[in-house]
Order: sequence, then C-alpha cells, then structure tokens
Amino acid sequence: MKKSLKIEETFFRVLMILSTAFILFILGIIIYSVFEKGMKAISWEMLTSVPSGGYYYGKGGGILNAIVGSIVLSLGATILAFVIGLPVALFINVFLQHKKKLVNIIRFILDLIWGIPSIVYGAFGFTLMVLIGLQTSLLAGIITVTLFILPIMIRSMDEILRTVPKGLSEAAYSLGSNKSELAFKIFTRQSFSGIITAVLLSFGRAIGDAASVLFTAGYTDNLPNSLLEPVATLPLSIFFQLASPVPEVQARAYASALVLTVIILIVSLFSRGLGKRYHKTKINF
Amino acid sequence: MYLLNRQQRNNVNISWMLLSLLLVAFLPFMLFSVLYYKSFLLLRNFNLGNLIFSESWHPSRSEFGFYPFIVGSILVTLTAILISTPICLLTAINVTQYAKKRFFRIMHPVIDILAGLPSVVYGVWGILVIVPFISRYLGPWLGVKTMGYSILAGAFVLSIMIIPFILNIIIEIFRTIPMELKEAALSLGSTKWQMVKHVILRKALPGIIAAVGFGLARAFGETMAVLMVVGNVAKVPRSVFDPGYTLPSLIANNYGEVLSIPQYDSALMFAALLLLTVSLFFNLLMHFFIARYNKY
Repeated sequence: MKKSLKIEETFFRVLMILSTAFILFILGIIIYSVFEKGMKAISWEMLTSVPSGGYYYGKGGGILNAIVGSIVLSLGATILAFVIGLPVALFINVFLQHKKKLVNIIRFILDLIWGIPSIVYGAFGFTLMVLIGLQTSLLAGIITVTLFILPIMIRSMDEILRTVPKGLSEAAYSLGSNKSELAFKIFTRQSFSGIITAVLLSFGRAIGDAASVLFTAGYTDNLPNSLLEPVATLPLSIFFQLASPVPEVQARAYASALVLTVIILIVSLFSRGLGKRYHKTKINF
Repeated sequence: MYLLNRQQRNNVNISWMLLSLLLVAFLPFMLFSVLYYKSFLLLRNFNLGNLIFSESWHPSRSEFGFYPFIVGSILVTLTAILISTPICLLTAINVTQYAKKRFFRIMHPVIDILAGLPSVVYGVWGILVIVPFISRYLGPWLGVKTMGYSILAGAFVLSIMIIPFILNIIIEIFRTIPMELKEAALSLGSTKWQMVKHVILRKALPGIIAAVGFGLARAFGETMAVLMVVGNVAKVPRSVFDPGYTLPSLIANNYGEVLSIPQYDSALMFAALLLLTVSLFFNLLMHFFIARYNKY
C-alpha cells in the first residue's frame, strides 16, 4: 500500500472517531449539566405544591401546576390524535392497499405536515381560537398540540402497519372478514407494539413542545380544573422562570428542566421496554 | 351483543376513517389559507419586496421590515448546518462501515435520546454551557468582544438539535447501498477509505443532499432553543458573534401584546406564513429531488 493512502485512511479514521465521540460527549454534557444544576434546586416541596404568594420572588411553593398541566394537556392531545390518527393509518394500509399512487400522495402530504414548525401551529391555533371565540385554555392547547403531533403519530403507525404480511390479510378475507374487521381486529393486534411506540413517541413530543402552547394554553398558578380555563405547562414554566432576574427562581427553572428531562427519559425507556415485551404476541411468517 | 350488525359497523368505521383522512389531508391548505387571510391586511398595505428587504422594524410607527429577522434566521440555520453536516457524515460512515455491530446498538439509543429531548432543555443547556463558553473562552481567544448571546450560540445549539435528525436519514441511506458494490470495490484492491470515498459517498450523494435539506427546513423553524440564546436584537447582525433575531423568535416573543394593533398582529402572521412557505417549499423540493434520483 502506498504511504499517502495509509495516511489518508488514518486521517479520516481519526476524524470519524472524533466526531462520534463528540456526539456522545455532547449528550453526556447535556444530561450532566441539567442534572447537576437541577439536583441542587429540586426539593420535595417543589414537586408537590403549587406556587404560593411570593413564588416568583423566590419564596415557597412549587411547580405542581405545570407538571399536572403538562401531563393532562399531553394526554388529552395524545388521545385525540390517536382517535384521528389510527383510522387514517389503518385506512391507508387496509383500504388503499392496492392504490399505491394515492397512498404515496397521502404519505407525501403527511411528511410535509410533519416538517411544519410548531410555532406555525401555535399561530394557527391562536387564530382559530380567536375565530371561534375561545380564550387561552386547556381545550385550545389540546387542539393545537393534537394537530402538531398528528403527522408524527400517523407516520410512525403507518411504518409499522406497512410491515404486516400480505398472507395475514388474505387469510382473514378467506375466513369471511370484511375490511374494517381486518383493520381493527387483525392489523391493530399484529402491530400492537409499534402502535404503543408511536403513541409514546407522540406523547413525548407533546409534553416537550413549548412553541405551540405558548399562545393557546396560557399560564396559571392553579391546577387544571376545567377545559375552558388556562393551564400551565412545564416547558413554559422553565422558560418564564429562566427569564426572571431572581437567582432562586432561575435555579427552580433548572429543577423544572430536570423534571421535564426525567419525564422524557422515562417515556422513552417505557417505549423501548413495551416494544420488546409485546413483540412476542406477534405472528411470525 | 352489538347494537349494529357487521355491515353497519363496517360502514360506520369507513366514514370515521374517511373523515379523519380528509381532516389530515386538508390540514396544510387550512394552515396556509388561514395564515394568508390573517396576513392579508399587511400585504394589502405594503409591497412584498419592501417588507422583505426593508431594515427598519418599528411596529409603533407602522414600519415593518423583516430583513433583520430573515437574515438572522438564514445565518443561524446555515451556520448550524455547516457545523452538523460533517459531524453527521463522519459519524454515519463510522457507524455503518467501520464500527462493530455492538457499537451500533449503543449509538441507537443515544440518537433517540438526543432526538427526544425537548427544545427548552436544549435552550437551558445553551444558557448554562454554550453562552458562557463563547463569552469567556471563544470570544476572547479570537479577539472578539461578545456577550455570548449571539448567532453563533443559536447556531451551535441548533446544530446539536438537528444532528439526530440528519444522522438518522444518512445512516438509513448508507444501509440501502448494496453489499456487492462495496465488495467489488474492495476486491479491486481499494482501501476501505477509498471504497467509502468513491463508492459509498458517490452513490449516496443525492440522499445526503436531501438529508441536509430536510435538516435545513427543520432548523429554520426551530423556536424556543434559539430564542433563549440568540440575543433577540432586531438589527442586521454583522458577524456570527453579534446577537440576532430569528423569525420564529419574533413570533414567540411578541404575541399576546399585539392584539390591540391589527397591523402588528397581521405582521406576525406574515412571519408565520413565511416560515410555513419556506418549510413546505424545502420539503417539496427535497421530495422531488429524491423521487427523481430514485428513477435512475
């Protein structure tokens, strides 16, 4: 081998290892800095109480309003997106099985919607809200976030439903099932693990996004108790507390970021675990 | 046992499915028309070229020049892409061609976690690590005076956020390259890097371009993380060490207070419309690019 070739090979090999190490290092430093700053400020009181009188000047209270609000809002949006998204994904894969062109167009549109920035959904949701005469509320937040996670949900379900083998639908047809029975009784069961992963993925996206709820969900110090009242969310609570000049409040923003990160990590762990567990009920060809 | 018989249930299910599908299929058109309708007030009173190329942004005096925001957005996005593309490319080559299978299984969750972290958390990290790094070390080292809150800080945070996105696509593309091609190159006596350079990179080039294009579209619309570190000064930045202002942060920062001034409201909707158009345009372009390439 020529020497220059050897040098070139080694040079790029070193660059490759460096860039891979860089990515690992960055992930490590993100997790470390969020945990290190967050652990100092977090306390049991913070997790279990709503903001009290002087909370935003560094006095007592917590972010329970934001934790509960975020979970309620994301759950609502995930359920709504599931109710709209599952039928679409099934329809594409069962009813349009033989219309490849149409399916490709629908997938294309879904990919386009997936790429739209969440702040645009926020602006759209806000305009819609004003048109209907709705205030900033849990309901408006749920609707906006639903639109935002809908393409993510449908496309990830679609990717799983695509892999259902053809023999399975032929077997079901030959036993006399109709198309919607095939869709809801066979396809959903065969792709159960994938559907759960899709739902958890969408939930993770919903809970982490701030731009879409910024104008639609509003912010409040109370726990959510009605669909038509504003609701606090974790990303926004981080954002607002970080903007404060008081150091104690800023420290709490780091603690809130820690809470949000932990929730996201738990959701992502769950989706891995559940995916593996329900893999066993699948029929293999 | 059931309220309806099988046929009826089938029909109910079909109409439910069709209704959902229609809602989803019309969503982009709905978004576009609503935003266009809202920004119509601004577009009627001002010339489009003026809006885009004017530098003065004084809503109280009804001067709406989007130029600083557009330049800020483009600068942040391009810098981010410049940082993340080589890293993604080299890592993807490493993971798919050189590293052991076991290593790929470690990288997979790493990419997943990076992709799943919320943008606010990236913003917090930017404030904690990147901003001090730029103001204390990088700026003085290069002899530039900077606050830290700058285009570069935004670009750096953004580049980390789009790494998992671009990396995933590039890895997928590298895996579709047939083994025979690689084997043919290796059996002709090429070194591994020569094989990567002349076979894999050449074969995957259109896919790589598309991946970067998708990353670009994604980066252009990212809001919270950039908003938190970019400085938010409505002036055209002279260098990457200056603070800037991006289109998404413009919307996010000023909503709520603008309802009283209809033109201001309309201007922010116009910013959203611009974002939507850029995102749709880039995604469309890349899809056609891939479709064309797949034919050959």
